[in-house]
Amino acid sequence: MHVYLPIAEISVNVFLVLGMGGMIGVLSGVFGVGGGFLMTPLLIFMGVPPAVSVATSANQIVASSVSGVIAHWRRGNVDFKMGLVLLVGGFFGSSAGVALFAVLRRFGQIDLVINLSYVIFLGTIGLLMLHESVRAILRSRKPTGRRSKLHQHNWLHGLPLKMRFRRSKLYISALLPLGIGFSVGVLTALMGVGGGFVMVPAMIYLLGMPTGVVVGTSLFQIIFVTANVTFLQALNTQTVDVVLAITLLVGAVIGAQFGTQIGAKLKGEQLRSLLALMVLGVCIKLAVDLVATPVDLYSLDFHVIHE
Amino acid sequence: MKRRVVSFLITAGLVLAAFAAAAPTVSSQQDLVADLSDHEIAITTGFTGAELLLFGAIEGEGQIVVTVTGPRQSMTVRRKQRVAGIWINTASMRFQNAPSFYAVAATGSLDDIDPDVRARQEMGLGHLSLRPVLRDRDTPQAEIKAFREGLIRNQVRHGLYAAGTGRISVLSDRLFRTRVSFPANVVTGIYTVSVYYIRNGSPVHAQTTPLRVSKIGVGAYVFRFAHTNSAAYGVFAIVIAILAGWLAAAIFRKV
Repeated sequence: MHVYLPIAEISVNVFLVLGMGGMIGVLSGVFGVGGGFLMTPLLIFMGVPPAVSVATSANQIVASSVSGVIAHWRRGNVDFKMGLVLLVGGFFGSSAGVALFAVLRRFGQIDLVINLSYVIFLGTIGLLMLHESVRAILRSRKPTGRRSKLHQHNWLHGLPLKMRFRRSKLYISALLPLGIGFSVGVLTALMGVGGGFVMVPAMIYLLGMPTGVVVGTSLFQIIFVTANVTFLQALNTQTVDVVLAITLLVGAVIGAQFGTQIGAKLKGEQLRSLLALMVLGVCIKLAVDLVATPVDLYSLDFHVIHE
Repeated sequence: MKRRVVSFLITAGLVLAAFAAAAPTVSSQQDLVADLSDHEIAITTGFTGAELLLFGAIEGEGQIVVTVTGPRQSMTVRRKQRVAGIWINTASMRFQNAPSFYAVAATGSLDDIDPDVRARQEMGLGHLSLRPVLRDRDTPQAEIKAFREGLIRNQVRHGLYAAGTGRISVLSDRLFRTRVSFPANVVTGIYTVSVYYIRNGSPVHAQTTPLRVSKIGVGAYVFRFAHTNSAAYGVFAIVIAILAGWLAAAIFRKV
């Protein structure tokens, strides 16, 4: 059964899209990530124009973050103060990102920038996570019993504008979360990702937030940043495909049910190393695409004809 | 009773006369008549492409050529080059009035037709009028040719330009028919279907029929909403997503 996507202007198999949404849902259930980093490349691979893929992914992530944050909020795992500071940065970052997106598109470099960003970020995050989780697995095999400090102090803690974040048990400069929020906002606009895969490690390793509140807080601010991207892309480029977003969503909702069950059976370090391998897999695929000789050196810009 | 029969006969005669006048008479005046099985392609939610039948009749010896051209639009073609190991778009050319769809069918070989005629009527992919925009016209001819061929290759790959020349089947030297297929990614607008009757390499008769491709149903509504009221559409997309997410969370809780 095929469905015609009114904005992407292509016809796709409903079950393929549902299956893709389902797979992303399983991932988000297992790992607690949005899965946008897989969604955008997969949509592009299906033949959805990159601009539509990015904007529609953002729209879909709004939904998955809302359902995610409700679950975390019930357990009290959301640091709203931290979330708001991140959000202010994210709001400016995503607005700047959408503007940058339009400029890059005009110069024909948007596909390259999307791909390059994916390779750089997925590569870095994947390696960091793999390194960290493998070490954690090894450490758990030979217990030392020594408890490490809550977080390491470095030059980042010397920045001005200090703020207290009670839930996160932190007293740090507001510039840090603002900066992180801004950078992730730019990524959301350019790559169609929630940015959880950048945000979560940044919150753990740069801010030193306790792991328990990290996912809930990042989901909280992702809702608003992806909503901002959805709105701006709809307004400026008309590339948000609601039909595609809803179809993906239905699959994701069903997939997430299975995901949480699988996730409950695996250990944290194992989960992280699995996710790291998956992130690296996507990264390698995209890197090969950048380097391999394309099928045709000539390509056509996607644009919608107005009646 | 008699009067009734007479009046019936008169009516029948009038109807017959009217029918005879309206019927497509293939005379020397009208060497060619052709029509499409449908004058409108509706892109519905389940649209996966469409196939139309073009049929007609000819009088006398000659070749038939059918061209279908989609709405014209400007298109930007980009060329990649390897820079520091990765492929980057380094050059581009913009073509004005490139057809968004193109298909050609003929009874014989297009090579038998006068090249000037082919260029004028755009018969065959090699004879499409693809001209760069003003600022790109100073580019060497070889470059323009390379970009033009790049555009055609891309359109063929997307199924929007038919790769070869389609077949027109002719029945007892009078009736002809051919099929034109449209992929799911066709653009909307008015298409032009032209039928040429060619004798001794040049057209002696031509007929042009418009064909409308339009979106209908939910898809059309979404598309119009997104383009005419973008801000409201953006808010709508966000609200839908929030409601869906909230609903999903509610279902999760029950499970």
